Amino acid sequence: MASIRPIRPPSDSPLALEARAMDNLRYIRKTMEGASSFTAVPGWGGMLIGITALVAAFIASQQPTPALWLGVWIVEAAVSCLIGAVAMLQKARKADTPLFSQPGRRFTLSLAPPLVAGALLTFFLFRSGSFAVLPGLWLLLYGAGVVTGGAFSVRVVPAMGVAFMVLGAAALFSPAAWGDIFMAIGFGGLHLIFGAIISWRYGG
Amino acid sequence: MGKTNAWVRDRRAEEVGFGSENRTVRGEKVSRASRLDRLIHERIRLGIVSALAVNTALSHNELKQLLKTTDGNLSVHARKLEDANYIECIKSFDGRLPRTIYRLTPAGRQALENYLNHMEALIRATRES
Repeated sequence: MASIRPIRPPSDSPLALEARAMDNLRYIRKTMEGASSFTAVPGWGGMLIGITALVAAFIASQQPTPALWLGVWIVEAAVSCLIGAVAMLQKARKADTPLFSQPGRRFTLSLAPPLVAGALLTFFLFRSGSFAVLPGLWLLLYGAGVVTGGAFSVRVVPAMGVAFMVLGAAALFSPAAWGDIFMAIGFGGLHLIFGAIISWRYGG
Repeated sequence: MGKTNAWVRDRRAEEVGFGSENRTVRGEKVSRASRLDRLIHERIRLGIVSALAVNTALSHNELKQLLKTTDGNLSVHARKLEDANYIECIKSFDGRLPRTIYRLTPAGRQALENYLNHMEALIRATRES
């Protein structure tokens, strides 16, 4: 009777070891990437942005001219970006690892293009006098950025983006006078709600 | 029989490749400092430590989903890591449901770093030879 021999010879060659080591490293990286998305988006920062947005919506609704109204929202946008940046940096430092920087950077890079597009469109739409579409446009573009940025993140992040997009679409089809209300619900309310969920469930 | 063979082969490869203190890979010494940490060499445990390295804390359920494993399996492996002081385990109640949160300790972070260095050294040693 013929003896049974293994198809592969018993291998402890360096190449097999290397393959195993590579496989281990790949597994670690995959696990980290799957898990790291939990942290990138700051919850407390989001809530703080929500509060400033509510204040801004109130102040903006009191302005007599469209130019002043736009001015209020531009200031609010700058303040929000600053809060967001500080909150993300702080969260990164708290996580205390360079490996963390990847998802944070990915989120920022995905969020930036729609915001730049929004800034340019705002300039031209305002110049042509059609500021009524601005709240809808801002909500829609911000939502789009959050959806793409959060694509690899925990589900609440893209969910927040979708909520912003739905609200933006609703704003576009609603009377212009409701603009500030939509802004308050979106940048104020949604940030507060989702910021609370993120900080409660994923820390910070 | 075939299965046993594969098992024996695996054990052997592990022992030669990852086991004792001073081994040589085609003459290249893999230093004693980068000796393999068997505790996190196991897949699920390696997964737990890796996932916690990029999070301040993760709940039992989040880890279970992430590593696609069962409650019991995760508990057993988490327990081993806890015994080694690589992770800490905080138990609380969410209403009536028990809620377990895991965190990585500095010792655990160091262990993962050592493990990564070990794998790196192993690959480098093979490439250089």
